[in-house]
Amino acid sequence: MSVLVIAEHDNSQLSPGTLNTVTAASAVGGDVHVLVAGSGCADVAAACGKIAGVSKVLVADAATYANEITENTAALIKANVDAYSHVMAPASTFGKALIPYTAALCDVQAISDISEVVSEDTFVRPIYAGNALQTVQSTDALKMLTVRTTAFELADGESGSAEISNVDDAGATDWVEFLGQSLSQSERPELTSARIVVSGGRGMQNGENFAMLEKLADQFGGAVGASRAAVDAGFVPNDYQVGQTGKVVAPDMYLAVGISGAIQHLAGMKDSKVIVAINNDEEAPIFQVSDYGWNEDLFVAVPALQAELESQ
Amino acid sequence: MKILVPVKRVIDANIRVRVKADNTGVETANVKMAMNPFCEIAVEEALRIKEAGNAEEVIVLSVGSDKAAETIRTGLAMGADRGVHVQTDEALEPLVIAKMIKAVADKEGTDLVILGKQSIDDDNNQTGQMVAALMGRPLGSYISKIENNDGGFAITREIDAGLESLQITSPAVVTADLRLNEPRYASLPNIMKAKKKPIDAMSPADLGIDTSCRLKVVTVDEPPAREAGVMVSSASELVDKLKNEAKVI
Repeated sequence: MSVLVIAEHDNSQLSPGTLNTVTAASAVGGDVHVLVAGSGCADVAAACGKIAGVSKVLVADAATYANEITENTAALIKANVDAYSHVMAPASTFGKALIPYTAALCDVQAISDISEVVSEDTFVRPIYAGNALQTVQSTDALKMLTVRTTAFELADGESGSAEISNVDDAGATDWVEFLGQSLSQSERPELTSARIVVSGGRGMQNGENFAMLEKLADQFGGAVGASRAAVDAGFVPNDYQVGQTGKVVAPDMYLAVGISGAIQHLAGMKDSKVIVAINNDEEAPIFQVSDYGWNEDLFVAVPALQAELESQ
Repeated sequence: MKILVPVKRVIDANIRVRVKADNTGVETANVKMAMNPFCEIAVEEALRIKEAGNAEEVIVLSVGSDKAAETIRTGLAMGADRGVHVQTDEALEPLVIAKMIKAVADKEGTDLVILGKQSIDDDNNQTGQMVAALMGRPLGSYISKIENNDGGFAITREIDAGLESLQITSPAVVTADLRLNEPRYASLPNIMKAKKKPIDAMSPADLGIDTSCRLKVVTVDEPPAREAGVMVSSASELVDKLKNEAKVI
């Protein structure tokens, strides 16, 4: 048995989700290899070589892979897949697009967003926005999976010493032309791996009021997230969204401010260790899953909390 | 241009699902069903492309039991021109569904397939990607914008770090994210009109597709419940509990 983990990166930095995915791969057993497809990605390959439990890093360093085009990476995986029993990627927008596409090329029924490895062919995954957990057994000889990164610990990224070898460019599609990206710039920790997340909902009323939550997040050293309602209303960009169809987070503390707690939002944060809710509606469903609830107007509560943290 | 929109009938998004007592699945008997919300967005986008004069026909496809015809009618009431219903009572996996969508798209000669990015029941987020791979056509996943142009389509994708712009050739397969549009409600006259629109019914065998499953559902369980905790009434009480009880700050 051997597992190929597809590294997610931006050609200079490895995403932390790759480290969680290596932990899931190690739970399957057998050799764990990592594929780095990128352009000018030697630093990422070196970082992958240091992940504990990884015995080999395959590197395809070519212009073809500069921008994570699904079609190109899928063709590369297919060209190298014969040696493997499992292929895994983080369940990020990168992995969620890539794995099913590649699986169809290989005539495999992919398994999405696994939260537990039961055995080499049996996995647990949330369905219905996490309101049920489905255990499925795959009969495909090759298994292709995306991994819910919050359900697995980070692998040690310092103590490994894997062999690094180059693989050939598998060719680029001429169907897709990369035009550009507009990425949110932030000095704060990345949302899905932050230790503390402060999220705002419709109750924030407008985008300007999010400055209050940014200040609070900075006091905690955390990241800022949002409910779908706040993103749909244009208060904050799409990459802030936590929920069933947005990002899944499980920080040490999740502070929900002005978020009622629709099941679609809970799906993205209910595995947080400690949940704190501030809401002026005492009937808000968010209080049913909160460790600490504060039934107060957020425009009173948040400044009071900021002042309390400052005074300590 | 001809647009194909595959749609799925799911438990209504506002219903709280319950796991069956025998742990084989979730309770679907006497539960309100609806078109998957992402599929509604896909239908809406196809209609907008047609209304802008860039498509001649919008076809709505669903695979499922007799009841799936109701979901097709919902798409027709929104304004789609005709339906295709692949009738089966089996619970099928995304790869099989994707093979059926490819077969229908090939038969119809469609230029664009628009799907919802995921269904809110199985949360698989796979079918659109698989259709693109099987058809050998470019994939635009998680789109929040699509524009026709001479080269095909300019699309904007919602990705974890922000937004990405791609130019893809036609024919293409795209999957709709939440902010692509706000779907319309069907008006009463359009619901009446939809009853007269044609739905072409067929079986998986008519399409020559093997429907066998690759995954075996071992069990479906309730997730561990979270207990409601305590209420606080001041900032100092909250900070004290976070520091000394929960020890998270």
